[in-house]
Amino acid sequence: MKYTVETAEKTPRIDLLKKNLMAAKPQIEVERAVLLTESYMKTEGEPMVIRRAKAFQNILENIPIVIRDHELIVGSTAKNSRGCQIFPEFSCQWVEDEFETVATRSADPFEISDENKKILSGIFKYWKGRTTSELAESYMTSATRDAIAANIFTVGNYFFNGVGHVSVRYDKVLKIGYKGIIAEAEAELEKINVGDADYVTKSALLNAVIISASAAITYANRYANLALQMAEKETDATRKKELLNIALNCSRVPANGAETFWEACQSFWFVQMLLQTESNGHSISPGRFDQYMYPYYEAYKSSPEFDKSFAQELVDCVWIKLNDMNKIRDAVSAEGFAGYSMFQNLIVGGQTAEGLDATNDMSFMCIAACMHVMLPQPSFSIRVWNKTPHELLLKAAELTRTGSGLPAYYNDEVIIPALIGRGLTVEDAREYNIIGCVEPQKGGKTWGWHDAAFFNMCRVLELVFSQGEDKGKQISIRTKPVEEIKSFEEFMDVYKVHMNYMIGLLVNADNAIDVAHAERCPLPYLSGMIDGCIESGKTPEQGGAIYNFTGPQGFGVANVADSLYAIKKLVFDEKKITLAKLKETLNANYGKNEASDLVDKIRHELEAHGVKVGEKELAEIKRQLPESSTSEYSDIRDMILSVDKFGNDLEEVDALAREAAYTYTKPLQQYKNPRGGVFHAGLYPVSANVPLGAQTGATPDGRYAYTPMADGVSPSAGMDVSGPTASANSVAKLDHGIASNGTLFNMKFHPSALEGMSGLESFVSLVRGYFDQKGMHVQFNVVSRDTLRDAQLHPEKYQSLIVRVAGYSALFTTLSKSLQDDIINRTEQGGF
Amino acid sequence: MLEKDLMTRGRIFDIQKFSTHDGPGIRTIVFLKGCLLRCRWCCNPESQSYDIQTMLQGGKEKTIGEDVTVAEVFEKIKKDKVYYTRSGGGITLSGGETLCQAEFAEALLRTCKNYGINTAIETTLCVPFYMIEPLIPLIDTFLVDIKHMNSAKHEEFTTMKNELILQNAVEVAKRAKSFIVRVPVIPTFNDTEEEIKDIASFAKSLHGVEQMHLLPYHRLGYDKYVGLGREYKMGDITPPDKEHMNTLKKAAESTGIKVVIGG
Repeated sequence: MKYTVETAEKTPRIDLLKKNLMAAKPQIEVERAVLLTESYMKTEGEPMVIRRAKAFQNILENIPIVIRDHELIVGSTAKNSRGCQIFPEFSCQWVEDEFETVATRSADPFEISDENKKILSGIFKYWKGRTTSELAESYMTSATRDAIAANIFTVGNYFFNGVGHVSVRYDKVLKIGYKGIIAEAEAELEKINVGDADYVTKSALLNAVIISASAAITYANRYANLALQMAEKETDATRKKELLNIALNCSRVPANGAETFWEACQSFWFVQMLLQTESNGHSISPGRFDQYMYPYYEAYKSSPEFDKSFAQELVDCVWIKLNDMNKIRDAVSAEGFAGYSMFQNLIVGGQTAEGLDATNDMSFMCIAACMHVMLPQPSFSIRVWNKTPHELLLKAAELTRTGSGLPAYYNDEVIIPALIGRGLTVEDAREYNIIGCVEPQKGGKTWGWHDAAFFNMCRVLELVFSQGEDKGKQISIRTKPVEEIKSFEEFMDVYKVHMNYMIGLLVNADNAIDVAHAERCPLPYLSGMIDGCIESGKTPEQGGAIYNFTGPQGFGVANVADSLYAIKKLVFDEKKITLAKLKETLNANYGKNEASDLVDKIRHELEAHGVKVGEKELAEIKRQLPESSTSEYSDIRDMILSVDKFGNDLEEVDALAREAAYTYTKPLQQYKNPRGGVFHAGLYPVSANVPLGAQTGATPDGRYAYTPMADGVSPSAGMDVSGPTASANSVAKLDHGIASNGTLFNMKFHPSALEGMSGLESFVSLVRGYFDQKGMHVQFNVVSRDTLRDAQLHPEKYQSLIVRVAGYSALFTTLSKSLQDDIINRTEQGGF
Repeated sequence: MLEKDLMTRGRIFDIQKFSTHDGPGIRTIVFLKGCLLRCRWCCNPESQSYDIQTMLQGGKEKTIGEDVTVAEVFEKIKKDKVYYTRSGGGITLSGGETLCQAEFAEALLRTCKNYGINTAIETTLCVPFYMIEPLIPLIDTFLVDIKHMNSAKHEEFTTMKNELILQNAVEVAKRAKSFIVRVPVIPTFNDTEEEIKDIASFAKSLHGVEQMHLLPYHRLGYDKYVGLGREYKMGDITPPDKEHMNTLKKAAESTGIKVVIGG
């Protein structure tokens, strides 16, 4: 057997590291932006990919480096724990616009000094007109810009930031080091001919790879020197020895292949943090850590100096480092990705390329590391297939029971065929890992552009009622007045007209950004670690990877499904209400807007106190209005609520949910991206169902305007009242395979549901049962409602309370009030 | 699957899925309406009368009790088959007193058995043995309530003497595949070490019985009494605390039986 279930205990060092980490307030640091800009100014006129490599080199040669107390694994993107750097080449206007609010905003605040503000303002002048976001916007059609302005979809993620969302050949760097990768690039340079058609671009890329990889080696050597200097001054003998060992490690890796387990951990970490330093994406995902680290662990295990506790400590230290890295987003995006999350998805278990079970010692050690560190990173996942050992699932269930929201469970039996359907080889599909929240792909071969947009299916439903208008402006095709629709089929057809039109615009938006990244921010450091790039002479953004996708996610499936079903039943089957009346009711927000006098009053009151009441604040006021209980509109709402809802294992409404999801997933897959890949849908919201719900009017499922929408493929909050198995059965009836960019099913459990061995067993059976029916992903929040309420009132008592938000875990107290409310309101599935 | 069984009618008041505490694995519980006992602490007072009733719940009137065929119930049970298979679970008939509707119970149990679904019943065995006997081969696990060894006290708190129950327990245990004794621990009624130990000794004496569950009294039924317009006779009695439950567990274990708190 390749594994033992027993793992080592946590060491005191881990608590010390964690304490220092959590004591730090996130800061904005400016060194990277300064060094980048300095280099860009010197390289005007050179090929972009070379300019990028030289800028990367300038950063790594000069950015301040630091070894923190007690660290065994070193390398930090910022001087301060959880500090962040700025990446002006992608976008920077928002940074300057938000200087005064960034420290006090509700989601993910960062502190910034006045001096740093001044430095950044100076730099940003250079970047005016040079960013990827400005180029992307100029590529978009005006119709696309209108749709974005009307919040039909948002592409903010890659519009403002680097792409990230990638797993690289960690295994390759561990094995041959950057010297090996440089040698590969040099060999390719030897092969090509100066007269080749692509010589100029290919040679530029290969040289850029060499410059970047060499810079990484230089950077590690700086750490080796720093460790040596610190060792000389160190008076504690034990720490001195550690520092000397760190110096040795950094002088050896990532330049060379790793020879010890410690070196392998250190080498991995340099790769991970430098990817972040180059590109500022999030969801740079370690992937199958248990697979590529195992050979080094196995060698260590059979050596005479093997110390199981120390091996575990090293893994725990890597986990701490994954939480040390941070990233700033604009205020709107910060709400959508709340919780300072970096979405570094790390997955264990599953299958080998040959289809054997892949579980090993490291799989269990990774679970143990999550239990020891108890922090949101990594986004920890587990692959489940028919032959997954029961003991691995039980261990995972124990982690679930801690309430950390980890791990997320993924079903090989759905994902592997889905990826094969998208053109992956069987072997590559079997070796998939997860990117970010829930997005499957083959690491080291894919530029997947996962998470490419949030597409709000409910906003499109509103267009059916408005004939394609938004606030008086025609933003979609003009369809007939809703009152004239005569059958449910016709209603569906009109909905599809708007869906298809908007999906086309979404593609335009994504492709505009895609091209902008290829032109302005090619990533040479990354290129050395993605198969296909060196051979083709292209960076991933230019189409160099083996597999290329664009994966924008739709959300609101349950709301649309319940809305369509209510319309089918009440308007067409039972004729209890007309579409005209329904339209009127929705416009009146089920009677809640009758209190509009009250809204005005609150607004004036706030403004009298100097509070600026914008559209967002107005929506929040309306959301918090008391429910209307007397009017005709609220009777209509009661009638709607009494109609069957998705999430209760009821055939007719569940079948409609499948159709509703298809209105997004099917049309999307006919589109292509500029890299030669296809679009494929995801059905997951990150945490955007809350802020984007706040932009959405009342929907025909009884949902009030401006309130959160359903999350992922989960039933609407509070609508699944038939227990977790019924909920899971409904969700499993959707077509998960077609949503090959990932689906997300969130279940919340009271801890009592997992008590004792029988609780764990039942839990594992629930996951198994859902997966037997072809569910793709499931994750769990194990906390009681009361706990969360108390945490809202007394955040100070719950600093370390972790909740699963959607595809990732975050510290509950760092979330905005509205997102906290949403988490509390999701149905709590209890054990009976 | 027998047509005759599928058409058999019965009266139920609830179906609860993903139950993990009433028999092995993940189970669906079907609650049958009507009971012979009137236990003072009963947490499902709406189960006691066979009549279809109206109960106020959250300010709204709710009809309690529905006449259904085995086919209708089975359609719902079947939906969770995959979870029963994965967890070694199945269905549990509860009540009320399951055996009050013996014909319906038999038809439903047989239908499940024929479909490969594990079966359990929660019962007090307070009907004549000849009514129970035909069901025994259809039941994988008996969860039998033994509330008190003193017949007079049993009658005082439940309105029925316990002789028939104890006698049936002896006979059923001889024939049952699995038989678990369950004791609701009710302060003022049976929560002394002596009383619990008496029940444990009896349980231990039964053929093949190895397990006993102690189910601590809870007040979750209170709202239902209000909703039915009935008096809650338990007053302000508070649930036994954890420490006391552990003391009782030890007392029961002294007889050599395995004891689980909660079940």
